Amino acid sequence: MLKTFPKGGVHPEEGKYSANSPIETLPLPKTVYIPIAQHIGAPSKPMVAKGDKVKVGDKIAESLGFVSANIHSSVSGTVAKIEDILDSTGYKRPCIVIDVEGDDWNENIDRSADLKKEIGLSDKEIIQRINESGIVGLGGATFPSHVKLSVPDGKKIDVLIINGVECEPYLTSDHRLMLEKAEEMLVGIQILMKALGVNLAMIGIENNKPDAINHLKELVQNYPGIEVHPLKVQYPQGGEKQLIKALINREVPSGGLPLNVGAVVHNVGTAYAVYEAIQKNKPLFERVVTVTGKSVKKPSNFIVRVGTPVSNLIEAAGGLPEDTGKIINGGPMMGKAINSLEVPVVKGTSGILIMPEDISSRKKQSTCIRCAKCVSVCPQGLEPYLLAKLAKLEKFDKLEAGGVMDCIECGSCAYTCPAGLPLLDYIRLGKARVSKIIRSRKQ
Amino acid sequence: MNKLFISPSPHVYEDTTVKRLMFDVVIAMLPALAFSIYFFGMGAIIVTLTAVVSCLAFEWLIQKFILKQQPTISDGSALVTGILLAFNVPTNLPIGIIIIGSLVAIGVGKMSFGGLGNNPFNPALVGRVFLLISFPVQMTSWPVPTGFSNSYTDAVTGATPLGIMKEGIGAGKAVSELMAEIPSHMELFYGHMGGSMGEIAAVALLIGFAYLLIRKVITWHIPVIVIGTIAIFTGILWMVNPESNADPMFHLLTGGVMLGAIFMATDYVTSPMSVKGMWIYGIGIGVITVLIRVFGAYPEGVSFAILIMNAFVPLINAYIKPKRFGEVQNG
Repeated sequence: MLKTFPKGGVHPEEGKYSANSPIETLPLPKTVYIPIAQHIGAPSKPMVAKGDKVKVGDKIAESLGFVSANIHSSVSGTVAKIEDILDSTGYKRPCIVIDVEGDDWNENIDRSADLKKEIGLSDKEIIQRINESGIVGLGGATFPSHVKLSVPDGKKIDVLIINGVECEPYLTSDHRLMLEKAEEMLVGIQILMKALGVNLAMIGIENNKPDAINHLKELVQNYPGIEVHPLKVQYPQGGEKQLIKALINREVPSGGLPLNVGAVVHNVGTAYAVYEAIQKNKPLFERVVTVTGKSVKKPSNFIVRVGTPVSNLIEAAGGLPEDTGKIINGGPMMGKAINSLEVPVVKGTSGILIMPEDISSRKKQSTCIRCAKCVSVCPQGLEPYLLAKLAKLEKFDKLEAGGVMDCIECGSCAYTCPAGLPLLDYIRLGKARVSKIIRSRKQ
Repeated sequence: MNKLFISPSPHVYEDTTVKRLMFDVVIAMLPALAFSIYFFGMGAIIVTLTAVVSCLAFEWLIQKFILKQQPTISDGSALVTGILLAFNVPTNLPIGIIIIGSLVAIGVGKMSFGGLGNNPFNPALVGRVFLLISFPVQMTSWPVPTGFSNSYTDAVTGATPLGIMKEGIGAGKAVSELMAEIPSHMELFYGHMGGSMGEIAAVALLIGFAYLLIRKVITWHIPVIVIGTIAIFTGILWMVNPESNADPMFHLLTGGVMLGAIFMATDYVTSPMSVKGMWIYGIGIGVITVLIRVFGAYPEGVSFAILIMNAFVPLINAYIKPKRFGEVQNG
C-alpha cells in the first residue's frame, strides 16, 4: 500500500492537462514589474532608482532582517520607476518597473548548461549564498529558504524532506522540473543535505506522476542518501505537516515547526534554485510556471522571468479563451483569483489557471445538514462547521480553543460541503481576528 | 473579455449537493419498498403515498404560511421523512392516522425547531412514537405477509416474531419451543414476517446500505456499531441462558434493527459529527434497544433507543472532539 497522511483529505479532479508539455522559455517581456514584497517576512528595500541601468541577476532590492529576501533583476535594461502596482494579492504594492533592453547577464553567473556535481562551499557558505541569492520556498508559501536551513542551537535535524507532491490539481511545474532538471535538482538536494548536516533526504511524489518517480528512482542510485517515495494521490499532501506525517510518521506539534520533529521540508523547485545559486552563481529571478485550464488552447509550462505580466504567459499559451470566467494565480484549491491580466509573476507563482465561466462561480448555498463531511476531510482534525459558526458569531475565545490557528487553509472543507457553505471564508476571518488577539496578548 | 470572477479559495467544489444526498437515500430505500409491496400489497402503496404526500404538503404549508419562507421541499428531506415514516408503521394503518403522524413528524419533529439541519430528533421517529403512544392498538396490529394482495385496513393480522418471543418468554415458555412458532432465520432474512412496512426484509435494507456506502452518503460506522453492539449484547445473554433468550441472529433480523441502524440512526442532522462520537452513539442505541427488548415492556425498542441517543448528540458533539493533528507533543 502506498503511503499517505492518515487523516482527512480529498481527491479533486486532477486536470493535469500540461503534464506532457516540456518546459519552454517564455520570450522576454517589454517591461517587468518586480514587487519588493514577494516573500513571507519584511518587504525588501529597493537599491536602485529611476534611470539606473541593471543587468540580469543584479541585486535591486535588499533583504530587511532575517526573515526577508533579496530581490534580483530578472532582465537587463533601465529602471523606469518604482510605483505601486496591483499584485496577485489584490493590493497595490511597490514594484520596481524595468524597461527591458537586450538580455545582458551579470558576468558572475555561469550560463553554461553543464552539470556541476562538485560542491565547493561549506555548510555556512551555502546558507550564506542561498540568503544572498534571494531564494524562497517555491512551492507557493515563499518562506525565505535560508531561515529554514538555519537550525537553532539544540535542535537536531535528521532528515531533509523534498516536496515533489504537487497535490494541487492542474499544476505541473514541479512535475516537469523533476523530469527535465532531475540531475540538477538532485545536486541541489545534496547541497541542502550538506547545509543541514543530514545523511538522508526523502523525495515524496504522488503516484499520478509515475514517469517522474521512475526517472528519479533510476538517478538516485548515484546519489547516496537520497530516497524516492511514491505517495497515494491525496490532497493536501503537499502541506508540510501532512507530508512529514506521510513520509516519516512524525506529527509536527500544534503551533510547532517541522524542525520540532527533526525534519526540514523544501520544494523540488527550491532544490533546483539552490543548485543554480550554489553551482552556477545564479540568483533566483526566474521560475517554472504552468499555464493551464480546461479551455486553454496550449496548456504549457514556461520558464518565466519574475515580473513578467500574466498576460504574456496567457498569450504564449494560445491566448485567453472566450469562455474565461476566472483567472487564478496558483492552483484551484489554494490559489488566489486575480482581477487583472497585468499582475506580475512573482517567485511564488507556480501556475496560472484559467477557469471557464460555467465553473467559475460558487456552488449554490443551502443550510448545513450536519453531515460531518467537513469534519471527516479536515487533515488537521478540526471541526470546520463549528469553527465557521463560531467565527460568524464572533466567539473568538471559543474559536481559539477550537484550534482555529491549526487550520492550514487547504480548503478541503469548503470543497466537500454539500450545502456549498463558504466554511473557509469564515474560518479565515476568524483566524485573522484570533491571531490579532494572540499578538496583543503577548505585548 | 467578461468581468473576471473573484473569490477566495478553494475554486473547485465536489458536485455533491444536499438534494443529491437525499435522493440517494431515497434510492437506497427502494429495495425495501419493493419487498414491502411484494409482501403486503396495496396497503404498502397506500401507506407510503399518504405519508409522502402529507409530509411534503405539511412542510410546504408550514414554510409558506407559518414561517413565511421560500419552501424548500425540493431538497428531498421531507420525501425521506415521509418514506421513513411509512416504513415505521404497519401497512393497515388508516389514512387519517398516517396524516396525523406526518403532521407531528414534520410540524413538531422538524419545522418547530427551524427546519432541516436544526431538529434534535429524527422527525420520522418523532411521528412514529407519537402514533405508537396515541394509537397503540392500530400501531401494533400487524398484517400477515401474504404476498401481494389488495387488502388494506382489512388485512389479516398476526403477531410479530418479537411479539411472540416477548409474550412467550413472559408466559414462561422456553425459547426453543417458541422458535417453532416463528419463521426460520432465512425467511426472516427475506422479510417473510409481520412487522412495520419497511423493516421486514433485512436483505433489501442491506442492499440499500451497500448503495449508501458506495455513493459515500454515509460511512460504515453507525450501522455497523449499532448492529455489532446488539449482536454482542444479545449474544452474551443467549450464551448465559439460551432457553430464556433468543439468539443474536434472531434479534438482528427481526423488528427495526436493520432499518433503524442503516436509515434512521444515520440521519445526518441527529447523529454525532465525529467518529468517536459515533461509537458512543451507536453503542448507546444498541444497548438501549436490547434493554427494552429483553427487560422492558415493549417487544421492540429501536425507535426509543435512537430517540434517546438523539437527545445526547448535542452533548456528544460538545465534549467528544476528533483528535487534532499535532495534539500529541513529540518534541
